[in-house]
Amino acid sequence: MNPTATAGRKGPGVRSDCWVQVEARDSGGLEIRLQSKVASMYGDSIRRTAEETLGGLGIEHAAVDLVDSGAVPFVIMARIETAVRRAGLCEGPGVLPEMDPCCTYGTTRERFRRSRLYLPGNESKFMLSAGLHQPDGIILDLEDSVAPAEKDAARLLVRNALRQVDFHGAERMVRINQLPLGLEDLEAVAASNVHVILIPKCESKKQVKAVDQRCRELLDAAGTPDDEIFLMPIIESARGAIKAYKIAKASPRVIALAVGLEDYTADIGTLRTLEGRESFWARSQVVNAARAAGVSPIDTVFSDVADMEGLRESVLEARALGFDGKGCIHPRQIRVIHEAMAPAEQELARAKKIVVAFNRAEAEGLGVVSLGSKMIDPPVVKRALRTVRLAVAGGQLAEDWLEAEAESSSGGAGK
Amino acid sequence: MTARLVENAAGRIVPEEVNGKTAVPFQGVGKFRPEGRKAAPPLVSCADYPIDGNKVVDDLETALRAAGLKDGMTVSTHHHFRNGDLVGNAVFEAAARIGVKDLMWFPSASFPCHAPQIAHLDSGLIHHIEGSMNGPLGDYCTAGKMRGLGVLRSHGGRYQAVQDGDVHIDIAVIAAPTADPFGNANGLTGPSACGLLGFALADSQYADKVIVVTDNLVPFPCHPWQIQGNNVDHVVVMDKIGEPEKIVSGTTQLTKSPDRLLIAEMTARFVRDTGIMRDGFSFQAGAGGTALAFAIYLKEMMKDAGIRARFVRGGSTQHLVQMLEEGLTDYILDGQTFDLEGVRSMRENPTHVDTSPFTSYNYHGKGNFASMVDAVVLGATEVDVNFNANVVTHSDGRLLHGIGGWQNCLFSKCTILPIPSFRDRIPVIVDRVTTLCGPGELVDVVITERGIAINPRRTDLIDAARGAGLPLKRIEELKAEVERICGGTPQTPTLGEKVVAVVRWVDGTVLDSIRQVLE
Repeated sequence: MNPTATAGRKGPGVRSDCWVQVEARDSGGLEIRLQSKVASMYGDSIRRTAEETLGGLGIEHAAVDLVDSGAVPFVIMARIETAVRRAGLCEGPGVLPEMDPCCTYGTTRERFRRSRLYLPGNESKFMLSAGLHQPDGIILDLEDSVAPAEKDAARLLVRNALRQVDFHGAERMVRINQLPLGLEDLEAVAASNVHVILIPKCESKKQVKAVDQRCRELLDAAGTPDDEIFLMPIIESARGAIKAYKIAKASPRVIALAVGLEDYTADIGTLRTLEGRESFWARSQVVNAARAAGVSPIDTVFSDVADMEGLRESVLEARALGFDGKGCIHPRQIRVIHEAMAPAEQELARAKKIVVAFNRAEAEGLGVVSLGSKMIDPPVVKRALRTVRLAVAGGQLAEDWLEAEAESSSGGAGK
Repeated sequence: MTARLVENAAGRIVPEEVNGKTAVPFQGVGKFRPEGRKAAPPLVSCADYPIDGNKVVDDLETALRAAGLKDGMTVSTHHHFRNGDLVGNAVFEAAARIGVKDLMWFPSASFPCHAPQIAHLDSGLIHHIEGSMNGPLGDYCTAGKMRGLGVLRSHGGRYQAVQDGDVHIDIAVIAAPTADPFGNANGLTGPSACGLLGFALADSQYADKVIVVTDNLVPFPCHPWQIQGNNVDHVVVMDKIGEPEKIVSGTTQLTKSPDRLLIAEMTARFVRDTGIMRDGFSFQAGAGGTALAFAIYLKEMMKDAGIRARFVRGGSTQHLVQMLEEGLTDYILDGQTFDLEGVRSMRENPTHVDTSPFTSYNYHGKGNFASMVDAVVLGATEVDVNFNANVVTHSDGRLLHGIGGWQNCLFSKCTILPIPSFRDRIPVIVDRVTTLCGPGELVDVVITERGIAINPRRTDLIDAARGAGLPLKRIEELKAEVERICGGTPQTPTLGEKVVAVVRWVDGTVLDSIRQVLE
């Protein structure tokens, strides 16, 4: 019997995906049997995509069945490649969609990470519009949301998505699997402008270093040694919580430390409650470890997507504990998180005054910032600068608020 | 005997003859002027009707026989129960027992629950359907299996066609949740209450014979009399005329899709931030999930800003009812209740007013409400770069939706189409719509998850939206963005030569034809 394998999904509930069966043959060229609900509009395009992908994978003779439910080209490419690999017909680097210009923007160490939206890595239909909901980050997840038998498929789908989907400025993140499987995930995605790798169930600095080193090797191999991939280890166990500071300091590329409470509470032998008393120490530990290491502490996800009030309270609590961000699993949670992360009016008013005073002191070459008769300490200035930046990011303050402020204080607005 | 095809003023190829009658090709918005006098039903004498006012007969079959059902007649029914209608099918089962053929079914709309009519089309009992065809009947029509041409009209266009004599109804069958033996009827009360009976108004006024079917017969008088017994020939009592819980079906469910919610919210912001939302304003939102979500967002924004509308046009839903009861609008002017809260409110609130296609939409009247509405929010299956819109066929040519009040609503002061920019790789923003249902000059704003495109004719709206910082794009930019995602410009589906249905404009002229879909 000829090597045969399938990939993808079909059936009445399936959207924006396709199912592929590849059967290798000894001769006769490619026979592509297509069934698609968009055949009258994209039938030619689907066949072309299939032929080019198979050609790129070195398949000259095969019978290919394609049952399409409106998949876009990069999805079809990923599914075909998965089937070909599963049939043992290809071991090379695969067929990468070209890197679309919308996928080439960068990130910075300092950017806000208030919200990060998890997307299941093997589910293409959520990917295309995710960026429109304006999360600070989008996580293409290869770990818990992907069934063990689909890890290979998700890896290729995520790789292709990183090269084709416009995430509209959101930081491009991938949660890899636990090591060592996670190192294989890196191979697929490292050269596709991934900004941040999330390392799940991180328990030692060794794991961080292993990911870091693999990233370096892969970027070197891709001929882009100057590219930077940031790391966000996730603390999800007692052992990880104990080692949090060392983990955060394990590499200069660690930019944030996240906490994951489902696994953590299981690990310490208890249940996760809404109140969260059982995880208070771990959360606080992560905040302190992250701050001590000079990186950003990021809180766990809030998983009840219907409870917006509960989410709001949970974000306010996270902020009060010192966290900079919160995970989310539904686009409707993003706005609530950003609103709850925004500085309170009073806090913002004071921060603005401090920033104005700071600028004045800078301009006048003074070493000390003072507000009225009161001297302002540097950390307070630093926090005020951050508060103001946060307010600008959240749309509370106009970009040019300083100019407007200067104008109104000089009476210019009255002219 | 295929009718000659000509190009109309919209550049669409249409037949000059439809189902044996001459048809006027579309001449442009507001161009066609009909002449002559309205149609009228035959003169009758009350001497021929029971002196005690009791017009009840044994059953539907008896009523149809008494009404003189014959081969080739036109029989109408209505969709006040939407997908829960039981009378449309029952009428044709009775007609089958009588043994007639070649009837024209003239429903105000058909739904998937009417799929059993396909057997009657196959058997020859029904010759063809003139009326919106949703679901299986639409597929039957576009597959080219129907003997006559399907004719799609708006709610207002249906009233116009009956009033002008374009369609002569031989027998109208009106399902009424409450009626008296004289034929007075309403939709407000009874176990099958559905709200109002506005779609049956023209039928009761102009049909030769009118049959009222009810499952809740009350002693004279049944009041309010939305349908007047003086127009009614026979009354029939059935066990059950409809399943009102199925009124909320198909298009009338609130969306859960985050992208659609984003579009709905952006639409509400547009209405607020361009200044349309102000004290005394009015709006109408259709039955689609996105339009329903829009109404909820707008309601919150009105509350926050302390704004009160003068009137809101229904299709009413629980959300509009809440607005009325919370004092956010003075009136609901309702054409159709979309859920049971709407039914209750119409029964209880004197400011929840029932309207008909005559008052709201009829283009051949001395004015109508449609052009007085400040903003209307409607769905569409496709919009092209000239803002022409399609609401009846999918991009593959299949007929799947009715027009409803959609064409009539386009005359609002600001017509907004909130739509996804693509559905499952099928672009919604296209070069040329498959079927033209609404001329682009009447479509003002297209709101997608990827940005807002305003018709260049509406410089006032462009200025207002730009000033408010809304995410504006040219419609060509939206199209390019969608085609990048979908993997290029789609092929044009190859459709058959055969015309299977036509779309009438609100003035009765022929706006476009629908071609057979090849398997």
